[in-house]
Amino acid sequence: MGPIARLLAQRIALGLLLLFLVSILIFAGTQILPGDVAQSILGQSATPEALANLRAELGLNEPALSRYFDWLGGALTGDLGTALTSGQDIAGQLWTRMGNTLFLAFWAALVSVPLAIFLGLLAVRYRERWPDKLISAVTLASISVPEFLIGYVLMFFVGVQLGWAPSVSTIYDGMSLGAKLHAIALPVAVLTLVVLAHMMRMTRAAILNVMQSAYIETAELKGLSMFTIIRRHAFPNAIAPIVNVVMLNLAYLVVGVVVIEVVFTYPGMGQYLVDHVSKRDVPVVQACGLIFAAVYIGLNLVADIVSILSNPRLRHPK
Amino acid sequence: MADTLLEIKNLKIGATAYPPGEPPQEITIVDGVSLTLEKGKVLGLIGESGAGKSTIGLSAMNYGRGGVRLTGGEVLLNGRDIRPLRGGKMRAIRGAEVTYVAQSAAAAFNPAKKLMEQITEAALAHGRCSKREAEERAVTLFHKLGLPEPETFGNRYPHQVSGGQLQRAMTALALCPEPDLVIFDEPTTALDVTTQIDVLAAIKDAIRDTGVAALYITHDLAVVAQVSDEIMVLRGGKTVEYGTCDQIINNPQEEYTQALVSVRSIEHEEKQPTPEPVLRVEGVTARYSGTRFDVLETINVDLHPGQTLAVVGESGSGKSTLARVITGLLPPREGSIIFAGRTLSPDMPSRSREDLRELQMIYQMADVAMNPRQTVGTIIGRPLEFYFGLKGKAKRQRIIELLDEIELGEGFIDRYPAELSGGQKQRVCIARALAADPKLIICDEVTSALDPLVADGILKLLLSLQKREDVAYLFITHDLATVRAIADSIAVMYKGRVVRYGTKSEVLSPPFDDYTDLLLSSVPEMKLGWLEEVIEHRRMESAGH
Repeated sequence: MGPIARLLAQRIALGLLLLFLVSILIFAGTQILPGDVAQSILGQSATPEALANLRAELGLNEPALSRYFDWLGGALTGDLGTALTSGQDIAGQLWTRMGNTLFLAFWAALVSVPLAIFLGLLAVRYRERWPDKLISAVTLASISVPEFLIGYVLMFFVGVQLGWAPSVSTIYDGMSLGAKLHAIALPVAVLTLVVLAHMMRMTRAAILNVMQSAYIETAELKGLSMFTIIRRHAFPNAIAPIVNVVMLNLAYLVVGVVVIEVVFTYPGMGQYLVDHVSKRDVPVVQACGLIFAAVYIGLNLVADIVSILSNPRLRHPK
Repeated sequence: MADTLLEIKNLKIGATAYPPGEPPQEITIVDGVSLTLEKGKVLGLIGESGAGKSTIGLSAMNYGRGGVRLTGGEVLLNGRDIRPLRGGKMRAIRGAEVTYVAQSAAAAFNPAKKLMEQITEAALAHGRCSKREAEERAVTLFHKLGLPEPETFGNRYPHQVSGGQLQRAMTALALCPEPDLVIFDEPTTALDVTTQIDVLAAIKDAIRDTGVAALYITHDLAVVAQVSDEIMVLRGGKTVEYGTCDQIINNPQEEYTQALVSVRSIEHEEKQPTPEPVLRVEGVTARYSGTRFDVLETINVDLHPGQTLAVVGESGSGKSTLARVITGLLPPREGSIIFAGRTLSPDMPSRSREDLRELQMIYQMADVAMNPRQTVGTIIGRPLEFYFGLKGKAKRQRIIELLDEIELGEGFIDRYPAELSGGQKQRVCIARALAADPKLIICDEVTSALDPLVADGILKLLLSLQKREDVAYLFITHDLATVRAIADSIAVMYKGRVVRYGTKSEVLSPPFDDYTDLLLSSVPEMKLGWLEEVIEHRRMESAGH
């Protein structure tokens, strides 16, 4: 096995181990929440017998360990259990919601990642001159303002005053792609503003760091233009840190959109999670937690793999 | 003259300095330098660090490092002044008419790109030829420069070839666009002597075969004497002396040039071994944890009181590892260190304070061996406090004595390292080692980062201190001239073994083993034609075998 294959196998194994540990944490965390599920389903007026029956029916009297393995086994085979409040299968509902969240995240990423990297390159090209300062100021301002505020501000001006995009982003099956994109224009804009600054600044810092290297001077003395130098010589050596921050932000786009989904009443996972937390529907909360963790770990794993693959010393051993 | 390629007239180069806590100041780096270079000729620029030689070299490409600017004079390249050029017109010269070979090829190549792509890049960017032509040229150059497997050499990444090969690849990079002028900026300084000689010969042949002109920048007069037609000696941004290679080497007019030519004229009488060594390294074998190879294999050497044992070898030969074993930073797998009659504990934390005191160390990089936020007094005072419990007046008195010993004096006591020159920093490090009143000081490449004249001063200081304090030195170096100057006995190391060991006169007299012969004959000598002699001699020998 080559050194790369070994490193990759190691990372993937570590990712799986981490996911396993997180599943324990999620399960344990929801177990120690105060309150009783049976009580919250049946209400204050329930008789003790009815509560006992329901507990037995839900399997709440089993030891925690066996309930954990039942849950984990189910999750591994795609069965996330049934929602206590609605009695519906969680997996079925969750996939639809997940699909919507990913749809939103995908378009936000498609806009923000290339834009952030381009702005980062531009900031390096015009370092310490006005384009750099302008980019820095605007992106910093946009990250500093709370996202819900940006959301409402955009909703008011763009949605209500100008009427360019709907301020409620409802999407459903059967909508055309164009209609869907129109519906999510505002949340995509807000998400882009939120994640842009972080990625752009990291791109700028990573490339500036590389620009100190002697091989950049070599490139300058070859008479190459500044943009060629950045693109051809600096960027390939700055990929690893850039991919890392991009992945963290992609994870945020999936996991951290709760607020935005609520603001725009978008039917994604975040809203689904918030609804069920308030109803104390433990299986749904567990399922959402597990999926969010998997997304986070998975994207960071991708970042690790990309940085390993982008290292020429590992790709081309002596 | 019709054949003039480069003419620099009264060049002035300046920069803006930002001294801490003071307003920015305009400083002059190069002041009124003029030179002329004809087509196909080589001009050597020589001087200490800070003499402005690289800055002048880069001015031929209208390039200034950091905030360096060309503030006056003319730089005429092929008859036109390139100093006012900006933007695209300036870039049209770089990498086309003039190219550059950097000191550290290892850093100057982009680690993420194949060599061929980088070597042909400039020629292609300036549209000087097609991709195929450029690659053919590169392969021809690989042949000429003696690189292995020239047809496929370019497919490798920089980390896949050795330092010497990379330096030659850098030369190929500079020659590929077929420039009129190449600037060689210390191209062999970072290499081992045995590698340096091959690279030097390759560069010289390539210059001759392509008919390109060159500015050859170095601090080593013996090296520049091998490749140049003319030499300019620089100091503090001004021309000291400018003449033909023959005149500078054999008939230097200025005092400074004479000092450079006669450097390393230290007289040192070799001392004979005593019955009782102060340090005995007995059968030491060591390896770094997590590796499967011994870095040191059964090393046996003795060092006698008040004497100097020089440990010489190339990078990677295990010299510094030996120092780490002796100081206890790397416990050996086998063997022992006997110091002043007692066997030292293999790892440093379990050694007594007395053991630590009697065995001190001085490092190559004086800059990083001192805390930049402590004054010279604090730095030297620390061992006095730690080992002898000196305080207040007594401590200050001793610090001043030590400062006098290293020829700096009381005035330096409140200075910070940043306010000292390289040589002064190394002197402070010596004083710090002496403060512990040691029996043995390990000197790890202590003069390698210094300019020749400054290094000479340090060596003389070390010798006079040895005479007075009767301290022994274990002197680690790759520089044989230094060894000749100060050693009483010598251990030659190669790939983790001591291949030759004895008193200086024994080790440096024939018959030699193959490696010592190679090492000794590779040290550049300050005479014209030395390079050809050695190469010719080696060719004859390998033919004879």
